[in-house]
Amino acid sequence: MSAQPLAPPGAARPRAAWHAATVTDVRRETPTAVRLTLDVPTWPGSEAGAHLDVRLTAPDGYQATRSYSIASATPGGVVVLAVDEVPDGEVSPFLTRELRSGDQLEVHGPLGAFFVWRPGQDDRPVQLVAGGSGVVPLYAMAAAHGATGDGTFFRLLYSVRRPEDAFFSDELAALTGPSFELDVVYTRAAPEGWAGPVGRLDKGALAAATIPASHRPRLYVCGSTRFVETIATWLQELGHAAADIRTERFGGL
Amino acid sequence: MSFVTRGFSGRRRDDNPRLPPGQTLVNDWPVLSAGPTPRVGTAEWELTISDETGADHRWNWDQLLALGVEDVTVDIHCVTHWTRLDMAWRGVSLDRLFENVESGHDFVMAHSYGGYTTNLPLEDLLDGKAWIATEADGEPLDPEHGGPARLLVPHLYFWKSAKWIRGLTMMPDDEPGFWEQNGYHFYGDPWKEERYW
Repeated sequence: MSAQPLAPPGAARPRAAWHAATVTDVRRETPTAVRLTLDVPTWPGSEAGAHLDVRLTAPDGYQATRSYSIASATPGGVVVLAVDEVPDGEVSPFLTRELRSGDQLEVHGPLGAFFVWRPGQDDRPVQLVAGGSGVVPLYAMAAAHGATGDGTFFRLLYSVRRPEDAFFSDELAALTGPSFELDVVYTRAAPEGWAGPVGRLDKGALAAATIPASHRPRLYVCGSTRFVETIATWLQELGHAAADIRTERFGGL
Repeated sequence: MSFVTRGFSGRRRDDNPRLPPGQTLVNDWPVLSAGPTPRVGTAEWELTISDETGADHRWNWDQLLALGVEDVTVDIHCVTHWTRLDMAWRGVSLDRLFENVESGHDFVMAHSYGGYTTNLPLEDLLDGKAWIATEADGEPLDPEHGGPARLLVPHLYFWKSAKWIRGLTMMPDDEPGFWEQNGYHFYGDPWKEERYW
């Protein structure tokens, strides 16, 4: 980590603040997740990979706050989140089941200046590795990469249980091209006509579907703690330097 | 500026007075870190306190434990909104480690195996407020949670409790560490919700 360039304090990055958000669209993303589009007129924009806090207030003043990765990396007042329901959770079941267009909530952000990708930072290729809903901040990076026309070579390895569990399937497929390669691993069930294997990633499959260490990619890994621990360990065994691997984990709340 | 979100009542009523604002009780122990987990064995582990004279105070694993391990039960508050109450730790008080350190500097940069850093005022590490923790929940600290040893500063947000601790360097001024350079608050008092700057 110390070997990585850090954003200078107070660099162009927008300052985190509370914002009022209005839900403008709620759509089903996967059997357990929704995609929320929020209109946040005061939002300063965010870097690809950043997150925010969502705060809900009950009529009696009770509040609950949770962090979510931002799926959008566009400037201005539209923020897209993709929220997976945490079994027995308090906030995510409300967001996935109860929230409607027109509802209002508070968001605080943008947050996080480390697990982000910035266009034009150098010519090193970028390898993204996502497990399940961990694809959200990586999708934001891939979308920003596509939108800015940045020539950096990107590759995303996305591990999902079943085809219907994949987030942003259509958008990711549309991004593929000479500078963005997408590899999907199905751990439980594959789409019809799928010729590849079905099952958990192993180190050999990881090596085959990622940019080799000799090309010195920057790596971003996001998923459950178990997924991130496993992938990060294998990546180091495959020759990638620890300082080139940035990780983010979800879960807990 | 808070307003009610239609339909939200909340399920958990965490009105425990030991819960800082914006926090939710958990019983598990979530993991957060910026990069791969460093694997450091106790045989190679070493802790160094460096002061402005250039003198190094150094302890290996056995020397650390020989300073005296104590049991500590404290509440842990993570900036990502979870809190664990009455968590059982074992570790060595930083008062013991600083006993023979003479420094005129008021701030400390904690350094970790793996490169992580975090900044703290010296006074927040003394007088029974901070430890080098080697066990949690009755078990040796596993690598994911910062083992073999991590800093434990329970009165500040948990990112200040640097995992995989390897050194403390005295500083004349309060310089930002890793997360602090990346937007987190310089001090991090959970009761004042000092999450970000």
